[in-house]
Amino acid sequence: MTDTVTGLSVRRAVALTIDGEQVSVAEGSTILDACRSMGKEVPTLCYGDTITPKNACRVCMVEVTGSRVLVPSCSRKVEAGMEVVTRSERVDHSRRMVLELLGSSVDLSLTRNVARWNAEYGAQPDRHGPAAQPGSGRDDAVTGHHEPADGTVASNVHQPVKVDNELYVRDYSKCILCYQCVDACGEQWQNTFAIAVAGRGFDARISTEFDVSLPDSACVYCGNCIQVCPTGALMFSSEHAMRADGTWREEDQSQVTTVCPYCGVGCSLTLHVQDNEIVKVTSPSDHSVTHGNLCIKGRFGFQHVQNRGEPRD
Amino acid sequence: MDLKISSSVATSGERAAVDAVIGAPAPDEPGALRGGTNLRAVRGGEALRGIRHQLLPVLHSVNDRIGWISRGAINYVAERMDVAPAEVYGVASFYALFSMEPRERRQVHACVDLACRAMGGPREEDLPEGVHPSPCLGACERAPAALVMEAGATVRHELAAPLATGELAALAGGAWPSAESAVASATPQVARGDSTLVLLGRVGRVDPSSLDDYRAHDGYRALARAIEIGPEAVVAEVTASGLVGRGGAAFPTGRKWQAVAGQPAAPHHLVCNADESEPGTFKDRVVLEGDPFSLIEAMTIAAYATGCAHGWIYLRGEYPRALASLERAIAACRGSGLLGDDVLGAGFAFDVTIIRGAGAYICGEETAIFNSIEGYRGEPRNKPPFPVESGLFGKPTVINNVETLVNVPHILLRGGAEWAAQGSEGSKGRKLFCVSGAVREPGVYEVEFGPTLRDLIGLAGGMRDGSELGAVLLGGAAGGFVGPGDLDLPLTMEATRAAGATLGSGVVLVLDRSVDMVDQLRRIAAFFRDESCGQCVPCRVGTVRQEEIVSRLARGTTPGDLALLRDVGRVMRDASICGLGQTANNAIESAIARLGVLQP
Repeated sequence: MTDTVTGLSVRRAVALTIDGEQVSVAEGSTILDACRSMGKEVPTLCYGDTITPKNACRVCMVEVTGSRVLVPSCSRKVEAGMEVVTRSERVDHSRRMVLELLGSSVDLSLTRNVARWNAEYGAQPDRHGPAAQPGSGRDDAVTGHHEPADGTVASNVHQPVKVDNELYVRDYSKCILCYQCVDACGEQWQNTFAIAVAGRGFDARISTEFDVSLPDSACVYCGNCIQVCPTGALMFSSEHAMRADGTWREEDQSQVTTVCPYCGVGCSLTLHVQDNEIVKVTSPSDHSVTHGNLCIKGRFGFQHVQNRGEPRD
Repeated sequence: MDLKISSSVATSGERAAVDAVIGAPAPDEPGALRGGTNLRAVRGGEALRGIRHQLLPVLHSVNDRIGWISRGAINYVAERMDVAPAEVYGVASFYALFSMEPRERRQVHACVDLACRAMGGPREEDLPEGVHPSPCLGACERAPAALVMEAGATVRHELAAPLATGELAALAGGAWPSAESAVASATPQVARGDSTLVLLGRVGRVDPSSLDDYRAHDGYRALARAIEIGPEAVVAEVTASGLVGRGGAAFPTGRKWQAVAGQPAAPHHLVCNADESEPGTFKDRVVLEGDPFSLIEAMTIAAYATGCAHGWIYLRGEYPRALASLERAIAACRGSGLLGDDVLGAGFAFDVTIIRGAGAYICGEETAIFNSIEGYRGEPRNKPPFPVESGLFGKPTVINNVETLVNVPHILLRGGAEWAAQGSEGSKGRKLFCVSGAVREPGVYEVEFGPTLRDLIGLAGGMRDGSELGAVLLGGAAGGFVGPGDLDLPLTMEATRAAGATLGSGVVLVLDRSVDMVDQLRRIAAFFRDESCGQCVPCRVGTVRQEEIVSRLARGTTPGDLALLRDVGRVMRDASICGLGQTANNAIESAIARLGVLQP
């Protein structure tokens, strides 16, 4: 055990073995932190760097000696002497199946790395059957009951996009239920609590009370849910419209870092610019003050920058 | 908190239902009626958030009184408890017994689960109009069963078991269970088994509503003994007895108690898991209905030994008789100084709160139960930390099943070593088995560990006339099937484990050869899909895929589907957060492997 001084607190180093290699990381780190410090890739889907991990997706599972079941690397803290295996037949099987289960039930087309991981782990979401037709009744599901499945199609969460305001849309066909938007809206960042997980099981869903529209909900349009959404289920209306028109070209966009002009806090903004127009706004999640969070003004109040018509009288 | 509340307003009945639990609001509190000089609310915050654990009782109160939970009711609850409406909705919509849509005050829930459908009960598609399909109602010894609930100022619940021919249609039409079946249901199952009943010794023999009768039959002698020998010695006796958890996981009870007793964080909590929902399980109900004081005494001893100031009984929502029985017992104990600030004048305080479940099998999971009690969605937590370090309200917590706890007074009276002399090397003491299905006398059977499956079926009178054994489900939906070739399997933990089976919660569901095993497997698959909390992908989607594959296999084997089912089962077992997902494939896999069901 060595001691590492970090700022005012003393965090001891913890030595463990990962894939046979000795590694030493600060106490309180997760197995995922340790893997990343070694340059090892562990796939993650529900993990976000500004939210306490919920370890709901179970794609980051690893083997830990002595544990009966696999262990979520994103949230299990390292322990001295721990022996971790990040790749094995068992781990790979588990990751392949999680990718298949999600891939066959959710639209992962905008989720980063999924295509590459499917190839790497041999995941074939299609083998679970042809996709069921999109449904519109998910918000009316009766808890504890379901229509019996006949197995001719693979059930999924595909449903119409919720468009009920001018700032952002909710496409829950893409929702993997990572809980990050709920935590960002609620106790971890915004303390607004406009949304929660409702229902149960496969019918669990992100919802306002009684699925009321966002304008009728407690939503304050800070957009911090969009910031943390890993799958594109929550999206700026501008981006959604451009994607629908086929004019969204991420490869042609530049990112401009600036400071929000509105109040004295001075939040960092990253303006995503395409063809000299701001198309969306994010904020660096590693910013020590805002951690990627903004308010409605910083997130959505950019149109004045590009009103280039004649000034009004 | 700065709540945004919509314009929907609670009715006076809804307000009264909420106020009945948390009291009427003071004029300056959120939720108070506005008018006159009282124009705005000023108090709230911290104090209101401190009553979050009343959320489930409050929702029950509204659902019981009105029959469903409206937008206005959710708004009023939100204001009164300083919880956002979206969160209240998220919690309420987690539970199957709550409705957020208007419905009739009277609801009929017919059991469509394993034991009832094996005994001629209805399937989902057979139900009369307006009758809800229900998971196992825990009345398997009198299958088939139905529960009628009528909302109102005094909520009324009546169990009909066994259902007479045509009775379900009559219930759906507004009739109440016939007098005979209501009486039968109210009578605790008379204990059978070997001649020396201990755990069930009082069931059916003493008046479950009489504290005096309980005391006249050895009641509260064990607590006196506990106080005489002191907390450490109590833990030592329980450890020496070899008692392990009877909820299914078989963790050594003494070790759990020791771990909590030694925790410096305070207060410690005691939770009794009475959310008996494993299909085919009804032993805890029989104990609670027939001998409620034994649980209260056992909890008092456990609390004394582990330094817990408060006990929580998380009781299945579908057990109205057990609820009434426990409420009477707790009131009697409070009145006699057996619960309260100074139990038996021994200088320690202990009291008990009953929390009713609301239709969620997952809340029997040892960490989901904490979230449910605390007023959150009943989703399991990550382990570690384990409950002994961080459980209910983040404090060190002892959580034990009803059957586990009611062993304790007997252990103290006999001594741990003597108790451990019973049973086998790997399974010490006594066990309750829930025998149902095609036997002559279904019921709860208490045995000293050791009898084989054949012996137990013999105790239950053997197979019914004209019946021939087809299969036995051991341990419930989370357990596994064994076949007629396994009759000589000793029902001990070590023998069942070695045979790749499990005792689980003590379910022994005996199925006649004529029972449609494919139908049983489809029901198990549907059950887990309905009961998955939805938190983790392997279980949330895996239980759906499992049901789809079983449906396909039921129509005839399709290439690759058995392998696909194994793959789905394996990821659920390896990567699910909790025991529900980890065991959701067990019974189906065992039926395929041992009985050849769904095989080509």
